[in-house]
Amino acid sequence: MHIAIVGNGITGVTASRVVRRRHPDWRITVISDEAPTHYARTAWMYVYMGHLTREHTQPYAEHFWTDNRIERVHDRVTHLDARGKTLRLQKGGPLAWDRLLLATGSIPAFYGWPGQDLAGIQGLYHLQDLDRMEREAGSAKRAVVVGGGLIGVEMAEMLRTRGTHVSFLIREGRYMAHAMPKRESRLLEHEIARHHVDLHLRTEPVTFQGKDRVQSVRTSTDVTLMADWVGIATGVRPNIDWLKDAGIDTARGILVDRQMRTSAPDVFAAGDCAEAREPLAGRAAIEPLWYTGRIQGATAGMGLAGSPTPYAPGVFFNSAKFFDIEWQVVGRIAPEPSPEIVDAYTEDETPHGPRLIRLQADTASGALLGVHALGIRLRQSVISDWIARGVSLDDALRDLPLASFDPEFSRAILVPDLSRQSQRIANLG
Amino acid sequence: MSDIPIYNADADRSLGLFDNPAWRAKSLEKAGLALVALAVVATVVALASDLGRQRPGLFAWLVFGGFGVGGVVFALGGLRRASGVRNDGKMFSSNQARGAVGWISGLVLTGLYVVLYFAPEALAGLIPLGDPLSRLLRDQPATVANGGQWFLYSTFYTLAVGAMGVRALVRYRHSRYHVVRTLSVVFFQTILAFALPYLLMRLQQPELFLHYTWPLDYDLFFPWKMEELRASGQLGVAMLIWGAILIAVVTPILTFYFGKRWYCSWVCGCGGLAETAGDPYRHLSDTSLGAWKVERWMVHGVLAAIVVGTAVLWVAALLDVGWLDAVAGTFSWLYGLIIGSIFAGVVGVGFYPLMGSRVWCRFGCPMAAVLGLQQRFFSRFRITTNGGQCISCGNCSAYCEMGIDVRWYAQRGQNIVRASCVGCGICSTVCPRGVLKLENGPRGDRATAAPLGAPALISELSILDGAMD
Repeated sequence: MHIAIVGNGITGVTASRVVRRRHPDWRITVISDEAPTHYARTAWMYVYMGHLTREHTQPYAEHFWTDNRIERVHDRVTHLDARGKTLRLQKGGPLAWDRLLLATGSIPAFYGWPGQDLAGIQGLYHLQDLDRMEREAGSAKRAVVVGGGLIGVEMAEMLRTRGTHVSFLIREGRYMAHAMPKRESRLLEHEIARHHVDLHLRTEPVTFQGKDRVQSVRTSTDVTLMADWVGIATGVRPNIDWLKDAGIDTARGILVDRQMRTSAPDVFAAGDCAEAREPLAGRAAIEPLWYTGRIQGATAGMGLAGSPTPYAPGVFFNSAKFFDIEWQVVGRIAPEPSPEIVDAYTEDETPHGPRLIRLQADTASGALLGVHALGIRLRQSVISDWIARGVSLDDALRDLPLASFDPEFSRAILVPDLSRQSQRIANLG
Repeated sequence: MSDIPIYNADADRSLGLFDNPAWRAKSLEKAGLALVALAVVATVVALASDLGRQRPGLFAWLVFGGFGVGGVVFALGGLRRASGVRNDGKMFSSNQARGAVGWISGLVLTGLYVVLYFAPEALAGLIPLGDPLSRLLRDQPATVANGGQWFLYSTFYTLAVGAMGVRALVRYRHSRYHVVRTLSVVFFQTILAFALPYLLMRLQQPELFLHYTWPLDYDLFFPWKMEELRASGQLGVAMLIWGAILIAVVTPILTFYFGKRWYCSWVCGCGGLAETAGDPYRHLSDTSLGAWKVERWMVHGVLAAIVVGTAVLWVAALLDVGWLDAVAGTFSWLYGLIIGSIFAGVVGVGFYPLMGSRVWCRFGCPMAAVLGLQQRFFSRFRITTNGGQCISCGNCSAYCEMGIDVRWYAQRGQNIVRASCVGCGICSTVCPRGVLKLENGPRGDRATAAPLGAPALISELSILDGAMD
């Protein structure tokens, strides 16, 4: 049995490991045109900042691939023949497979702005984007970063370490408005400003101007910002353009069922490029996150190994770091107040930054829905378990110290006081 | 006029938008480095001329004051940088990424150690600089005859731990764990490794290092050394008893409860230097599987050598057989030369800028080997990983001074239980996702994998933890 995996990101590599574990003798080939081996793309910001080398961002040393007999092919797949079960490679010849996983990830989404193809304008997703950023942004005096997601703030942080002035354009009226309540937005906006980033809320680019290379950005607020370099972080879209004629059902992404199966037999898709035909309750059809990529990769790996398993990612979680503030969420946190949600929240200020913790529960049942933390580390397993079991907000507050994952000698975890009305009122508005 | 930029550099400056936090620190740091440079010049002058001998007081101030005050001023410059993980530019640094400065530093440091151990007379111009402090502390002048070079060395060593300790305190001030731990190593170095032994010398007592014992203090239980201590009076006998208690009782108990970190990154002087002066080089430790294999053979080999060797010395002393005496004598001489001098001293510190700050601790220290075996098999200590939150970025592995591939475990949601971990806690600090936590807890399943955040797949995902790797 020959398993072919297109894409050597976290999704493809996780799938390959699952297959190898269950079938020591199957042939496994992982193909990528991006890089000859697997990189943690989440870490590339640290390469630009000089914290790490590129080699550091390879999660597995060479011996891992030989020990596990996972063949890596550095080539571009130009055509997929799903019925004939072959791939055509740009450099190599045709590659026959018995089961296939498509894990081609994303590409940065551009929105057709005039001038967006000028030199010095780029996203940050692939290894080539890092190369380009090192070449072109390293000497930039002034940069504009468009889009306030995790990649946007990473770009801003990267640029600041080299002394580049950064204007940061955010479409929404507050930072991370779609993901977190207003108070959290305010703290993060303050953190961004503290690092001398020029934050423009309610601002989008209108045109990019320049001759060969970008020189300035005209914004929706009628301001022109000088820029030697522009980072586009307005989201990503599935990298599926090459699949147009492959005869596989696609919409925005490659359509998959819960077992990560596509419309073609023995062809699976997972990670950023996959789109759920029927998304799980409370989950997006496309989940372009590292963590979901890994879980989807494991799920698809089960299918490739001949034991199709439904995608069951469990209680949602995510985390990030905004400059110096660590952020973590387990479960779901509503960004806007609602009568259906009880909100318990507290914060304090330490000499080294703010700390905030927020718990939300269902008004009707009292069951815990999610926990949010800034500047505090939460023990994911404990909170996932509480949410999965539907423990009450009161019990969660009582046991909150058990959920601390802060280092030894840290300040005690903050616990919201429900008896204090000022903290109990939905502190979202 | 939409094509006229509104950009106004002066306005930007007045808003502080051009203000890079990394630049603000530089003025103080430069002042500190200037003082250090002055000390270097004074050191070279003293080495090359008679001036140090003629004006020991002045040169002592220039050299020790320059290094100490300059180091502290340099360190305090970091206060002007926002607190947090600041490894910016480390991989581009000539000093910290094995560039020209790093290689030169390594060669100079190594050379100094070679001179110190094997040609101390070359330091004749420098040794008198220790005189004022030597008279103050131990009531005797500093000469080669009375180990003046070692007094000089101890002074430099303690200064390095102190000044670079301030740097560590500033650099890691956002973490109470590092603050407490750094204060601890500075205390043990300045008081127990420096002030107390010399004050005892002043009182005509044997040198006493309360925090060292066999097998790191390798000759403590050698027959001749025990005889010497017994002969020196009550304090000598007390030292022997304390040394035995330290290795046989205190060490296993504390390691059981807290892991080897109680010693290696809280108390030990070698660890103290590594955690302070060695901190800029911690990421140079080799994380490869090959290095781990070499490490296990070497460190346990040294432990075996000192255990067997000490036993042979005793057999030789008790049996009084000629050839055995010769073997024992050769062993004692060889161990002292190769392990005690070359490995622990020359290579251990000289190679900081080339192989990281823990070369000795990792590959050579028999005490670390004992503690490591206890930690691996009988301790409550582990580094816990936080569910499925690892993004495999590699900061933990890169900044592990012991060359542990921390990520290997973290990305599989598996706790880290490794003999070599000294519990410095930097992996936890540099992790941008809060994945790692140093914990003491029930031993039961301390090394097993935690769920990766998908209950239905736990059993299948845990296959990622299997022996196939």
